[in-house]
Order: sequence, then C-alpha cells, then structure tokens
Amino acid sequence: MKISLEQVRKVATLARLALPEEELHTLTGQMDAILSYVDKLDELDVADIVPTAHAVPVENALRADEECPSIGLDKALANAPTAVNGCFRVPRVIE
Amino acid sequence: MSLTELSLHDLQQQLQTRAVSSVELTRAFLSRIAATQGQVNAFITLCEDQALAAAEAADRRLAAGDAAPLTGLPLAVKDIFNTAGVRTTCASKILADYVAPYDATAVARLKDQGAVLLGKLNMDEFAMGSSNETSAFGAVKNPWNPACVAGGSSGGSAAAVAACQVPASLGTDTGGSIRQPASHCGVVGLKPTYGRVSRYGVIAYASSLDQVGPLARNVADCALLLQAVAGHDPLDSTSVDLAVPDYLAALGEGLAGLRIGLPREYFIAGLDADVQKAVAAAIDVYRGLGAEVVEVSLPHTEYAVACYYLIATAEASSNLARYDGVRYGLRAEAAQGLLDMYMQSRGQGFGAEVKRRIMLGTYALSSGYYDAYYLKAQKVRTLIRRDFLRAFDQCDVLLTPVAPTPAFRLGEKTADPLQMYLSDIFTIPVNLAGTCGLALPCGMSGAGLPIGLQLVGKPFDEATLLRVAHAFEQATDWHRKTAPL
Repeated sequence: MKISLEQVRKVATLARLALPEEELHTLTGQMDAILSYVDKLDELDVADIVPTAHAVPVENALRADEECPSIGLDKALANAPTAVNGCFRVPRVIE
Repeated sequence: MSLTELSLHDLQQQLQTRAVSSVELTRAFLSRIAATQGQVNAFITLCEDQALAAAEAADRRLAAGDAAPLTGLPLAVKDIFNTAGVRTTCASKILADYVAPYDATAVARLKDQGAVLLGKLNMDEFAMGSSNETSAFGAVKNPWNPACVAGGSSGGSAAAVAACQVPASLGTDTGGSIRQPASHCGVVGLKPTYGRVSRYGVIAYASSLDQVGPLARNVADCALLLQAVAGHDPLDSTSVDLAVPDYLAALGEGLAGLRIGLPREYFIAGLDADVQKAVAAAIDVYRGLGAEVVEVSLPHTEYAVACYYLIATAEASSNLARYDGVRYGLRAEAAQGLLDMYMQSRGQGFGAEVKRRIMLGTYALSSGYYDAYYLKAQKVRTLIRRDFLRAFDQCDVLLTPVAPTPAFRLGEKTADPLQMYLSDIFTIPVNLAGTCGLALPCGMSGAGLPIGLQLVGKPFDEATLLRVAHAFEQATDWHRKTAPL
C-alpha cells in the first residue's frame, strides 16, 4: 500500500475537508492506485535536472507604484455569507 | 442554412452589411438554446436581458459605423470566467450563488468590442475532469450522440458550438480541456501558449498550466477570437508582453517548405482504429498540400500523465484553499467553531473529483513527500519541455491525435479516475511544455462520432498553427458537418 487510511485521514485534516468515513475508505483505494501509477517517475534519473515551475520564464514582473482604485467595500462584501460593520463575520474564535 | 449554423465570419458580414441586426441574431440563438438546452445541457446560466441590451447597443454602434470585429456577435463563455453581475459557479455547489464583482480581462475585451454574451457554459467542476460529468449542474451531452460525453472540462463550450447554440465560445485548457471536448464535439479549439492570453478573473485550477482559448466552427473564427483576447495584461503578471501578430492575415499563406513532425510515441498500439485511420488520412492531405512530413521523438511522453497529476493537483490544493466559507461561497450551517466551519463548508461544497485532487495535491506537498512527488514532477516537466523544443529543431508543427478514442459513453470511466486521467495522454504534454495546440475535425468514426486532429506549435507561434490548420480546412470539409440535433 502506498497510503493508509490513517494517512488519508490526516491529509483530509490538512486539506480542511470534513469527509464521511465511507468517503475516506474510497479515497484510500483511489489515491493508492494513483500514487502507485505516479511511481513511474522513479524510472527517471532527475538528480541533475533543474525543476520547471513555469514553462514561460517571467521574472520580476514589476509595474510603476501608482495608486489605482480597488473594487470597494460594498462589492467586496457582496458575496460574504455574513458581514457586519464592513467586515466578514466568522464564528467565534476566542472563547 | 439557418442563421445559427453560420460561422462567426459569415455572421459578421451579415451584421456589417445590415442584412441582419444583432437583436435578431441574439433572439435566433436564444431560441435555438431554448429548443436544445434540454438535450445538451451546455448552459449553466443564461443572460437573456443583458444579452438583448448588449445587442441593442451593438446595433447602434453598427448603425453609427463604429463597429469592432466582434460587434453584435453572440458568444458565450465557460462558467470559469468572472462576469460582472452574473452568477459565476465554476460548476461547483460551493460557488452556486456567487455573483462575480468584476469581469475577467478576456470577457472585458469581448465586451469592449461589443460582443453579446448569451450566458455561462457548463464545465467539469473547477475544470477538473475529462468528460464534463463532474459538474454540479449535470453532465453535458454530446450533440452527436446524447449517450456520449461531450468531453471536458470545457464540455459546454464545445457542445454549445456543435449544437449551433452559439457560433463560438471561450474555454480554458489545463491538460486538454479545450482540445479534447472540441475533438469529441467536432469543432475547432485552440489552446494558446501559456502567457498569450490574460488569466485575470479566470478562476484558478493549476496556475502554471491554465490558459484561455477559443472554440469555434472553423479556424478563421478561432483566429478572430484569439485576436480579440490575446496580449499583455498588467493585471496578470504571467501574461507575456509580446506583440500580437495579425492572425487572420497569416491564414492565407501556403504550406510551401513547411515541415510537419510526427512524434512516434503518439502513434501507439491502443489507438482506436478509426482515430488511427482519420489521422493517417490527414497526414496524406498535408503531403498533398506540399508539406514535408518527418518523424520526430518526444521520449518522455509516457511520463506526462503522472507528472501532470502531481503538478496540477498540488497547485489545485493551494488554489482551492481560498474556499473557506468566509468571504464568498457556501458556508456550512451549524458548524462548531471556525475550523469546523472550514472543514464542513469544504466537505459539503466540493464534489468527489475536486476533493480527490485536493487530497492528492495536499499529500504531494506535505512534509516528507514534497521532494519525492512535487519536486520530482517539476524536474520531469523540464525533460518534457526539452523534448518539445528539440523536436521543433526538426519541424515547424507537430501532428498527433487529440485523444486515443472518439467520445466515450456517459458513465463509462467515472468509476476509475486513473482511466479517466489517461484519456488526456496526448494533450497533457502540451500544457506541461507550455506551448500552443489546436484541435480540428479530421474524420468520423464508424459510430458517427467526430474525430479530431491535434497540431502543436512552437511557443507563441499560434500564427503558424492557425495557418496550417486553415490549409487543412480548405482541402477537406470535415468542419462543415453539423450534429444531427
């Protein structure tokens, strides 16, 4: 096995995904199959190869530091599940 | 021939000679959509009122002699593009009620020209899928056979064109998501070079691979749309500041001296016999047009799918971290505190394929596995990109199949994610290499499904790609076939 149910459970917490037990089991099997497949990359010796993060190298895409309008508070909050006093409202964090 | 079957260029001519008004055109396409949406399910959201208002404005502009190339032409975009004031769902339950506060740059450029946006097109959820079956709004059906998939992830963008609901559309392509559905639906689809079109306002999946491109009835129409959206955008730091050539002007130049490369790794056992035959016939057409055909090698082809599913999922897990139920999107009710609110909202809001990719990506980036998975995949990506650049020393374009088979049946591959991933084997390497690729119709299967030909160009050489594809269309009439709907 490339990955265990316990590892999948831990990854789900890292990914902030609440998953029912049944889904964790299904995912374990599927992730195991996919991870076994990607082991194919081990056939290649890449020790001296430079990684490619982007195919088109764009470096230091800078612009002049000029003031320009943002979308504004109303638009920014328009899709918020709940907003109050111009802020996004979330469940209580500190008891 | 009815208005809705005409090409963008034909419709443009009718508008500019005032043979038809934009309002008439818009109404014609809206009624075609109303008549066929139930069979195809290509649209998630229709914008009838906004479309008719835009058409009236376009008619005024046409009457005043102030028309841009796209003024008055009805179009639609994949529901991954932010559209100001219009629901933008990315085919996900988590964004089902999201109304974008601004336009994506590509959308803004279409609107500036006076194009009429009819609505938002169905897709795989967050563009993750090869069959459009992961949409929270139901699968798109193939207009050629409703029991078959339209392909994905831009399934709605391809099917809407094939079903004559729009003359052309925009999609996005991360691993084949424009080319594969274009191929399965018998239309032309172009994935430009990474950096050619701004991705500002396009909901991100895998940021080092995503690219915006057109789908249309023919190559010239794709050129027209690419012309409208291509070019540097200060709002997308990965868009490249290179001059945009006149794509339409380059179409007519012939193929004299052109070298077409056939990568031997793409002509393998397992290729569907009808696909093999159609692609072989296309090669003969090009020989007949005076092109020189040479064999080339892309030796790392067999590693592309594995490489892609590490890089794309890693980037997706990072990009989709923003859906946390705080600023927009679904928030789970009855959560116990902040962390539980994140976990429940995401658990309820995302579909199975999106969760699978977030999980894979999170694992590939997690402590202790980063070097073995993500970093290794980035190094293999270097090898794949190098393969393409070397091949282009020997030829001007590459010619391959788009997909190993014509459209498969709905439900055929949903139980086995890995089999679904492998159906993108010929399109994924082009995204990893970051170059441009185009799919165009080149035949029909025995079962009456379209077959697509893929042409791959040098980075930022869309002009050659379009010219080579256009020459094929002048010699054949596969692109003129319309779905029996």
